Amino acid sequence: MSLTAEELERYSRHIMLPEMGAEGQEKLKNSKVLLVGTGGLGAPLGLYLAAAGVGTIGLVDFDTVSVSNLQRQVIHGTKDIGRRKLDSAADTLLDINPNINIVKHELALTSENALAIVGAYDVVADGTDNFPTRYLVNDACVLTGKPNAYGSIFRFEGQASVFATEEGPCYRCLYPEPPPPGLVPSCAEGGVLGILPGVIGLIQATEVVKILLGIGQTLAGRLLLYDAMNMKFRELKLRKNPDCPVCGTNRTVTKLIDYHQFCGMPKEISALEVKAKLARKDDFVLIDVREPHEHQARNIPEATLIPLGQLPQRMLEIDRSKLVIVHCKSGMRSAKACTLLRESGYPNVLNMTGGIDAYPAS
Amino acid sequence: MATILIPTPLRQYAGGQSSVDATGSSVSEVLASLTSQHPALKNHLYNDEGRLRSFVNIYVNDEDIRYLDKEKTAVAAADTLSIVPSIAGGAA
Repeated sequence: MSLTAEELERYSRHIMLPEMGAEGQEKLKNSKVLLVGTGGLGAPLGLYLAAAGVGTIGLVDFDTVSVSNLQRQVIHGTKDIGRRKLDSAADTLLDINPNINIVKHELALTSENALAIVGAYDVVADGTDNFPTRYLVNDACVLTGKPNAYGSIFRFEGQASVFATEEGPCYRCLYPEPPPPGLVPSCAEGGVLGILPGVIGLIQATEVVKILLGIGQTLAGRLLLYDAMNMKFRELKLRKNPDCPVCGTNRTVTKLIDYHQFCGMPKEISALEVKAKLARKDDFVLIDVREPHEHQARNIPEATLIPLGQLPQRMLEIDRSKLVIVHCKSGMRSAKACTLLRESGYPNVLNMTGGIDAYPAS
Repeated sequence: MATILIPTPLRQYAGGQSSVDATGSSVSEVLASLTSQHPALKNHLYNDEGRLRSFVNIYVNDEDIRYLDKEKTAVAAADTLSIVPSIAGGAA
């Protein structure tokens, strides 16, 4: 597709760049970029890639806008609180540039759907917030041969690189294994300077455009570190690991795996499925690891109350030959309980996602 | 004295400092000097078997020690060591 008269005018400052020209701008128009997450990093990525004229932008998110997002997720506004992030983001992007096409993927990227979704795009920009999805995005990019403009942030510090190019290293070359759950705090727990994802997200956006146009030198093979507090950029060398399980010479990962398990996170079951299992009188044990006062306020009658702090001493009360499902209020404490149980030799443990907050009232 | 740059997530275990000077002529000696000054860091850098954790990368200047001589990599007084752990934040 060639550029319209309006587009020639709109992108005139691009087109006058000798490195780009109308030809480069047409390349952008015919390109497809997938943004995984429309949060801190996805917001600046989306805004600038839309303005720059990337023809198709896919968005993956299933969250809704909350007031605490607005300190950094500048793609959403106060009027959007409570809306689906996909709708809010798409409205903003189409307002900036109505010429582009927004594809909404309202889902969590999983091992089942990632290859098909990632495979439909030219470049991926990873702006997720957890290790299982980071490894999932990396492996999906390597397996489908799609470059990944990577960015990650914590408090006042960010990292950026480009992974999964034909010659370059991947995320697993940098970090073969994820940290055990709980050891590295998330932004939700550790906080983040709201401006930081703006800086890192725009480094990712720059790399996306360069990859699409085939110009300049990308961050492939380099890890850029940004320290906002001391306003320092540093660069470290990244090598393709010949023993990398997904992009090395003797590959052991040739299809997508269970990334929750890989990251040491408990397997999950939805609150609705638990309710259905109870209704069917399936044979399993349901443990509530909240505190007694929470249990008193609302509980699932079939659940046994063992507060998380008492679990190590009272573990023997739980039959290890059975399937054990653990719940708390929202799923965080029960995730810790699941890890504890699995480490203590319980073979069959599931975390009830969303906790009792997600359990339907009868 | 080599300089060790401490990343944000680990600064709370290093008295809040962003860099620490440490003595030693190899990576393992320099890290031993660091953890003797800040014992709380030890658990975050090493696993129970005393090996460097796989999600913590160590660089001498801009080179990953995995591609040099690992923990035996020589360190000169003018060198800078970077500890670069994996961080996942982005959307939430």
